Amino acid sequence: MIRVENLTRYYGNFPAIEDVTFDVDKGEILGFLGPNGAGKSTTMRILTCYMPATSGKATVAGFDVFEQSMEVRKRIGYLPEHPPLYPDLTVDTYLDFVAKIKGVPAQERKKAIDDVIDRVGLQDVRNRTIRKLSKGFKQRVGLAQALVHDPEVLILDEPTVGLDPKQIIEVRELIKSLAGRHTVILSTHILPEVSMTCQRVVIIDKGRVVAEDTPENLSAKVKSTERILVEVEGPQDEVKQKLTSVPGVKNVSLENANGTARFVIDSELDKDIRKDLANTVVSQGWGLLELRPMDVSLEEVFLRLTTKE
Amino acid sequence: MKAFLALLEKELKIVFSSPIAYVFIGLFLTIAGFFFYNIMAWFDRISMQSMAYAQMYRMPPQPINVNMMALRPFFHNLTIIALFLLPGFTMRLFAEEKRQGTLELLETSPITNWQLTLAKFTAAWILWGITLALTGILVGMLFFFGNPEVGQILSGYLGMFLVGGAFIAIGMWFSTLTENQIVAFISALGANLVLLSLGWLSNFAGATLGKIFANIDPIGHFDDFAKGVIDTKHIVFYVSFIFMGIFLSFMSVESARWRGSR
Ligand SMILES: Nc1ncnc2c1ncn2[C@@H]1O[C@H](COP(=O)(O)OP(=O)(O)O)[C@@H](O)[C@H]1O
Ligand SMILES: [Mg+2]
Repeated sequence: MIRVENLTRYYGNFPAIEDVTFDVDKGEILGFLGPNGAGKSTTMRILTCYMPATSGKATVAGFDVFEQSMEVRKRIGYLPEHPPLYPDLTVDTYLDFVAKIKGVPAQERKKAIDDVIDRVGLQDVRNRTIRKLSKGFKQRVGLAQALVHDPEVLILDEPTVGLDPKQIIEVRELIKSLAGRHTVILSTHILPEVSMTCQRVVIIDKGRVVAEDTPENLSAKVKSTERILVEVEGPQDEVKQKLTSVPGVKNVSLENANGTARFVIDSELDKDIRKDLANTVVSQGWGLLELRPMDVSLEEVFLRLTTKE
Repeated sequence: MKAFLALLEKELKIVFSSPIAYVFIGLFLTIAGFFFYNIMAWFDRISMQSMAYAQMYRMPPQPINVNMMALRPFFHNLTIIALFLLPGFTMRLFAEEKRQGTLELLETSPITNWQLTLAKFTAAWILWGITLALTGILVGMLFFFGNPEVGQILSGYLGMFLVGGAFIAIGMWFSTLTENQIVAFISALGANLVLLSLGWLSNFAGATLGKIFANIDPIGHFDDFAKGVIDTKHIVFYVSFIFMGIFLSFMSVESARWRGSR
């Protein structure tokens, strides 16, 4: 549904994102996770046709965001980092305006607005002026404008920022309920948020994608294991067996073998087994070509993510 | 067309559901009323003088021409008030959308920047039309003082409507260039004053240059309207001037997308 290929965007000489590539399937909720300044908003602004990329390509529902911008815009609902509200309008008037500029036909407009007001829970405030609403309600109006034309694709930029814990839970429930009916990209810098709402996560840092997986796999990787890459010259099966027997090793897998064998070793966290691994290989008389921790960048990134709410 | 109407409707709703329109109209009418009072006081004085002269020289009193002595200066005053006040209205047109982030909604919706700029211009022009219509109360009072010519009144109003359009077009363009409304206001006002002083400088600038200067000053094209003369050459000037402002605004909004500078 959404395809991003080698997307790069410079602000002057500064690359805000570089070579960003990922896909989102129809009906999926993708978490776009990264610390502040990682390039999440930049990516989303390109996907929503707000600004062009410096290079690379992005398509939404098969339409190029640059070449066929109008087709893309018709199919996208977008909640920017700051909800784009007109404080002087009432909720109803505002949603009516948005429905009109998104091209909802006149005879369907009233129903579309009533529906979205029900979906996001704005019944009690629909005739109130937006200026007078609480932050939580404003955020819901922001979500409502993204949803009012029932778009195929939803792009939500940090939708829970600045809300209180109760509101956060409500907004997350709402987003979860969108799966299937809409394809969603949700950006956040809050680690637990993705595992609560998303089926898949793309992690971005300093403008580059550093990992892509399910939330479960990612947290498993980071929370309980450390990955080490070992390249050994020796009989593969035997090496694997020996390495597995080192205390603290949870899993050993053979990565590729062109003459030498590269093993990826998952070990328990808090335990540095690199010395033991090296000793094992050397004492057998095999050649130790390389031994280094993997996914360092990922851990670094996780350290800078917010884990508390 | 539908998107244009939706944008226009939104623009007018915001203007009239917030104090903006009322402050603008109120301020304009107050200042206009003040000038009107002064002109009428002066007009009264010269009428009295004329009466006194008539008695002194035992002649029938010369009727003082209300069209030339009151209407024309009053129309000129209104254009000068517009020069100062309209930038205060136009400053928010785009700057406000940028500041509050709503430009991000507009620029990711399936509408064009032509629809957007035209709708914003039209909304401002409608407000200006309403303001002008309300000054009709003052002009109506002239009928108690003499016999103002309806044709001249109508041509004066057409001229003022067009002058205002020109100021709105300039002001809107400056509003696309910044998200700071004060900056938009000051630069638009400055541009209006430069144009006005070019009109004035044209008297000293020599033949060719003087002609160019006189030709780009919006107020310079107004006097014929104030005298009751509708000349298509002036209408062509205003329409081109307005189109130019809308075009520059369009280009500015359109190119801000390429730069991503907001
Ligand atoms: N308009 C801009 N001009 C210059 N630099 C920008 C602009 N917008 C964002 N940046 C920079 O680009 C980087 C990515 O920003 P952004 O996409 O907003 O990150 P995120 O949304 O992940 O916090 C940051 O370093 C930010 O300072
Ligand atoms: Mg951001």
